[in-house]
Amino acid sequence: MPLPDDGLILIVKEDCETCRMIAPIAADLAQRGLLTAIFSQDNPAFPPGLDVADDRELEVSWRLKAEIVPTLVRRQGGRETARAVGWHREEWQAVTGLNALGESLPRERPGCGSLAVAPGMAEELQVRYGQTGLVAREVAVAFPEDAFEQMFDRGWTDGLPVVPPSPARVLRMLEGTTRKPDEIVGMIPPSGEVCTVEKAAINAVMAGCRPDYFPVVLAALDAALDPDFALQGLMSTTMGAGICIIVNGPIARRIGVNSGFNALGHGFRANATIARTLQLIVINIGGAVPGGMDRSTMGHPGKFGLCFAEDESDPGWTPLAQARGVPAGASAVTVFGFCGTSINNTEKAREPEGLSRSIGQCLNGVYHPGMAGGGLGAVLVLGGEFGRIYREAGWDRGKVEAALHKATERPRNHLIADFMGEELDGDPGEPLPKFRDGDLLVVRAGSNAGLFSTIIHGWSSGPRGSQPITREVKP
Amino acid sequence: MREPTVLLDPTSERSDAMRARRQPPATLQGLTVGLLDISKGRGDKFLDRMEVLFGERGITVERFAKPTFAKKAPDELAAAIAERCDIVVEALAD
Repeated sequence: MPLPDDGLILIVKEDCETCRMIAPIAADLAQRGLLTAIFSQDNPAFPPGLDVADDRELEVSWRLKAEIVPTLVRRQGGRETARAVGWHREEWQAVTGLNALGESLPRERPGCGSLAVAPGMAEELQVRYGQTGLVAREVAVAFPEDAFEQMFDRGWTDGLPVVPPSPARVLRMLEGTTRKPDEIVGMIPPSGEVCTVEKAAINAVMAGCRPDYFPVVLAALDAALDPDFALQGLMSTTMGAGICIIVNGPIARRIGVNSGFNALGHGFRANATIARTLQLIVINIGGAVPGGMDRSTMGHPGKFGLCFAEDESDPGWTPLAQARGVPAGASAVTVFGFCGTSINNTEKAREPEGLSRSIGQCLNGVYHPGMAGGGLGAVLVLGGEFGRIYREAGWDRGKVEAALHKATERPRNHLIADFMGEELDGDPGEPLPKFRDGDLLVVRAGSNAGLFSTIIHGWSSGPRGSQPITREVKP
Repeated sequence: MREPTVLLDPTSERSDAMRARRQPPATLQGLTVGLLDISKGRGDKFLDRMEVLFGERGITVERFAKPTFAKKAPDELAAAIAERCDIVVEALAD
């Protein structure tokens, strides 16, 4: 039965104590001929003995925006003129015009939640009965075709299954941001095709994100599209680069981006899916398909995505985002183009100087031990035990970074001429910095057990290559 | 029978335009050859040799270089090559 344009309309569900309580009132109104229609959300035989319309598909409930049952609505010429929600005797009397209605019932009882606003239902009904505003092409997969297989066949995945991006799921993802679906985020290399917020949301659904991750995805995408990040080169290089996302600030804890055990590994939905979204966007919109525009010779496991939060539990350690100019208390992402990770086993070291020298030896392997100077970059991830040793010695971020830079200096005559070109002209014994200013990022993550650190190896870094970019996460 | 599953297209929804490749010229005589260094290691050495070889055959050569291999060529550079050269040799890798 369609929604009547005129008269008194009641929406109920049997599984609601208040609806059961007012069933005699409904019968009374029906008997007087005052009730134009009763719609039931769960059982068209309720209230018993009355002519009840079936609204198990919830269309009428959705059109009347019924958030509570029972809801009593008076309509005139297709427009609402009065409404009573739950049971409130005076309200019902006002809507019906019956001054003695419900005198035998308690004065008021709250109603129950309408099925039309059950979690996830609003977007389903919006898709079914309303205008979604979404403009992406719809691809219908008819039974018995399998949507998961279709998405593989269409090349929409990174090789793992993806979540089917139904319109309702995409609408829910868009609830995670205040940005409009048709806003252009940017042109995605290597193809240079346009990515809107809606397209980003589709890929976020496929990657498995929750809507509350979406602002982090958009901030990371904004950062990755900064020309200084050189996404074009990263996505097409033979060296095989991926995007590493480091999350700082309260949003990491709020949405569950892991900074502890296995921070760089598997097992945490936010870490896995935020990172994966960016990779899906460069595949699906940027066209970075291996062997096509993605020319990676070998690639690495991190090309499925790498995202983790910095451990900010040590008040003496300045978080990366703050060190890069983001105000304390704000949430931010830093993106870094990377070509794999390696772990440093420095368990023999016990004091900060020796520890720094030990890590420095490992850092010298970035790219090649015979290379130093511009173009080399890395993120060094220090586990919790390093924090304790440096903290107990009173070392802050500045002192740690200075020690690492000192520990990675290489005498000019230790470097290999083939790599260094004119940099080798000069005093053979002069120490050259392995990393230029800003090309080595130090962050804290991982558990508190194990004197391990990890190097996230950069691609071509610095002004001629890819520079790390930090962006605040906005709602 | 179940309703079809509706998926929203995650791609840019634009298919690649396929264009026929230009025919290579029958001869290089009278043409200008651009030599593009993308700033990868030793690309210049390869192009130096190419310049000598073209020169020995009396073919006009113009040299160009990208500021960095990591980023796309600036539009002005691409426009200059297109304006001044008939064909271009690009030194892609080290």
